[in-house]
Amino acid sequence: MEQILKAKAINKKFGDVYACNNLSIELYTGEVVGIVGESGSGKSTLLNCLSGSLVPDGGNITYLDRDNNWLDLLSLPEPRKRNLLRTEWAFVHQNPRDGLRMAVSAGGNIGERLMAIGYRNYSQIRAEATEWIEKVEIDAIRLDDKPSIFSGGMQQRLQIAKNLITKPRLIFMDEPTGGLDVSVQARLLDLIRSLVRELGLSVIIVTHDLAVARFMANRLIVMKNGKIVETGLTDQVLDDPQHSYTQLLVSSILKV
Amino acid sequence: MSNSEEDFNFAYLDEQTKRMIRRALIKAICIPGYQVPFASREMPMPYGWGTGGVQVTAACLQETDVLKVIDQGSDDTTNAVSIRKFFERVTGVKTTENTGKASVIQTRHRIPEQVLSEDQILVYQVPIPEPLRFLEPRETETRVMHALEEYGLMHVKLYEDISINGEISTAYAYPVKVNDRYIMDPSPTPKFDNPKMNFCSAIQLFGAGREQRIYAVPPYTKVISLDFEDYPFEASRAEKTCEICGATNTYLDEVVIDDKGTRMFSCSDSDYCNSQKS
Amino acid sequence: MLEVKNVAKSFNLKNLDKGKFSVIRDACFNVNSGECVALIGNSGCGKSTLMRMIYGNYVCAEGEIYIDKENILDLKAIEMSILRKQKMGYVSQFLRVLPRVSTIDLVMEPLLDQFESRARAKDIAETLLSRLNLSSQLWHLSPLTFSGGEQQRVNIAIGFSKDYKLLLLDEPTASLDRENKKIVMDMISEKKEKGSAILGIFHDKEVRDKVCDREIDVSNFSAS
Ligand SMILES: Nc1ncnc2c1ncn2[C@@H]1O[C@H](COP(=O)(O)OP(=O)(O)OP(=O)(O)O)[C@@H](O)[C@H]1O
Ligand SMILES: Nc1ncnc2c1ncn2[C@@H]1O[C@H](COP(=O)(O)OP(=O)(O)OP(=O)(O)O)[C@@H](O)[C@H]1O
Ligand SMILES: [Mg+2]
Ligand SMILES: [Mg+2]
Ligand SMILES: [Zn+2]
Repeated sequence: MEQILKAKAINKKFGDVYACNNLSIELYTGEVVGIVGESGSGKSTLLNCLSGSLVPDGGNITYLDRDNNWLDLLSLPEPRKRNLLRTEWAFVHQNPRDGLRMAVSAGGNIGERLMAIGYRNYSQIRAEATEWIEKVEIDAIRLDDKPSIFSGGMQQRLQIAKNLITKPRLIFMDEPTGGLDVSVQARLLDLIRSLVRELGLSVIIVTHDLAVARFMANRLIVMKNGKIVETGLTDQVLDDPQHSYTQLLVSSILKV
Repeated sequence: MSNSEEDFNFAYLDEQTKRMIRRALIKAICIPGYQVPFASREMPMPYGWGTGGVQVTAACLQETDVLKVIDQGSDDTTNAVSIRKFFERVTGVKTTENTGKASVIQTRHRIPEQVLSEDQILVYQVPIPEPLRFLEPRETETRVMHALEEYGLMHVKLYEDISINGEISTAYAYPVKVNDRYIMDPSPTPKFDNPKMNFCSAIQLFGAGREQRIYAVPPYTKVISLDFEDYPFEASRAEKTCEICGATNTYLDEVVIDDKGTRMFSCSDSDYCNSQKS
Repeated sequence: MLEVKNVAKSFNLKNLDKGKFSVIRDACFNVNSGECVALIGNSGCGKSTLMRMIYGNYVCAEGEIYIDKENILDLKAIEMSILRKQKMGYVSQFLRVLPRVSTIDLVMEPLLDQFESRARAKDIAETLLSRLNLSSQLWHLSPLTFSGGEQQRVNIAIGFSKDYKLLLLDEPTASLDRENKKIVMDMISEKKEKGSAILGIFHDKEVRDKVCDREIDVSNFSAS
């Protein structure tokens, strides 16, 4: 099993607030790592630093690309970084509006990444978009509808299709099931899980929902005040937590 | 306050401003299709009346130039007439309606039918210079997209066209790629005119007043209309014949000719139509 | 196959006064391939706790636990998760699965993780569920609404879908009727014959007598 992403000693301060305080994490190919912790603990900040949308104050992040080169992300030229984000990476936002173009049809949204990497055959783009909208269990007759008239769960599934169509290797997810009702959420999580397995994806998923973490993640990272307080196998961290904060977190919610 | 002609500097703008605009023009010619910011001045006409084109024309005109102004192909619309009058007054240059005799042509919405030559300058009035704005409203983002040649989004627009209308229905301001590099909005000319931009002998200059942008296509530059392999670009026109001059290869306007609502097709380029008639 | 050496376990509930207490100390035993060993002892003596430490579900801070001669306490979390997928099945007392996922998909999942083809995984899963007398009408429903006995059989099907080298069973027959209990006992015997090492907790003496080769009394390791 090999690593795909390594981050060492990531620091990020906002004013006097340490959103990330000397964080190190590594991600292996094909695994799902969950990041949990209370609101404001720095989960999103860490994710944004890892995915290049935020520049950390200090630290080191390296990524093993498709051609087996370790890339130093913090010194990577901007064009290459954006290229990675379009091809090898994907970012699923909590709010689908941040990840979708609401004025563009579902098909246009899904096809955008293909067009961005040079697809110039309409029928082919459309065929792949159809395949993907069905994969995320949206009826293909909705392909020409605007996402603004989709339900929250459909928008979120559309966002996933849009991100996965170019077969990325690494996916960042920030509360992907945040605003969804419980049964829609379960369906979506199952979908993500089977895609992860089918495509051999590596995933970092931020959530404050321990039930989501339990079902999605192989490993768990527990954060508090910008620090990692505990990490380990997901069921071990949740069933036999060692740190007093994790124990509090686990006992203060409904049994999952 | 005196109204004498001597109170104006030649071509209305002061020499400093003209120099600033010329610098922008030179930069634009050096980077075909790239939008160069410039400090647009207040002109004695409202935005939307071609203030960008007027400033570019003013910076280009010499006393020996012959100016033609067209609006939708015609020399005698209110807009064309008032701009022509303006330049007659502030420069004293000769004006003409004859495309072949003009050295500078300011246009809104058309490229003349007559093939332009090396000693001519075509100045376009541009309302919205940014072709990506339709899908990406953030200027910071579109600038990065141009810089990094991230143009997938432009095809998303064409994709949307086909998915909604079964064909690329964009008929005006049809996006082009200039010199294999920058994607450019050719201003709201009909797509019928797009092929005329490709390897055109004349200098093509674009001015957007409100948006404060200048861009250009130097002579003999590749200008390609975007499309899909299976939905290729077509320079379409109404499949009719001009009822005045009989031309079958020109861009036609459909005009109402009497109060009974009778319609007629005729060349939108009035000078060309007149020249064919005689 | 499995060797437990001087294992001790205490819980330290840090948000409670005097939250630290010991459950197990000096646990030593082993389980060989092709053998089924029962953990016995009174309720609360630490049988499940011991089993969960072997599975890596509970932290083991003292002692050594060898699986295939590898001390799992030295493994990184990622390595442990791979070891689980490859070598270790665990049937817990309670079913804990993702809501809305169908029974058949749940049983297929460990097989797909091992790169079995979908068709073959489906085949194996259906055979197992039929054998456990789970009506095919239920296969496409989530087991979360099933009866206790049905849920337990789903759990067993998940744990028995592959030939793990080590199988951990925590009360797998507790809520089963005679007929189904008999089937599960047969399944355990078959796994033994195929060479699995099995560690089980069975309250039912009949089951222990039928399938277990040895018993280990966990109260001997009791810390109190
Ligand atoms: N752009 C910013 N400017 C100033 N402070 C910020 C900024 N982004 C985050 N912070 C602060 O950094 C800390 C960590 O924020 P972050 O968004 O990473 O938390 P989080 O763990 O994702 O929380 P939540 O679960 O509520 O999303 C918070 O105190 C937050 O207020
Ligand atoms: N996660 C935990 N946190 C704190 N204490 C625990 C935890 N798990 C088990 N214990 C405690 O450890 C002791 C042993 O429990 P365990 O479940 O191992 O008993 P058991 O032998 O399996 O009993 P039974 O036969 O009733 O299932 C009990 O006192 C229990 O309360
Ligand atoms: Mg957040
Ligand atoms: Mg027990
Ligand atoms: Zn005509």
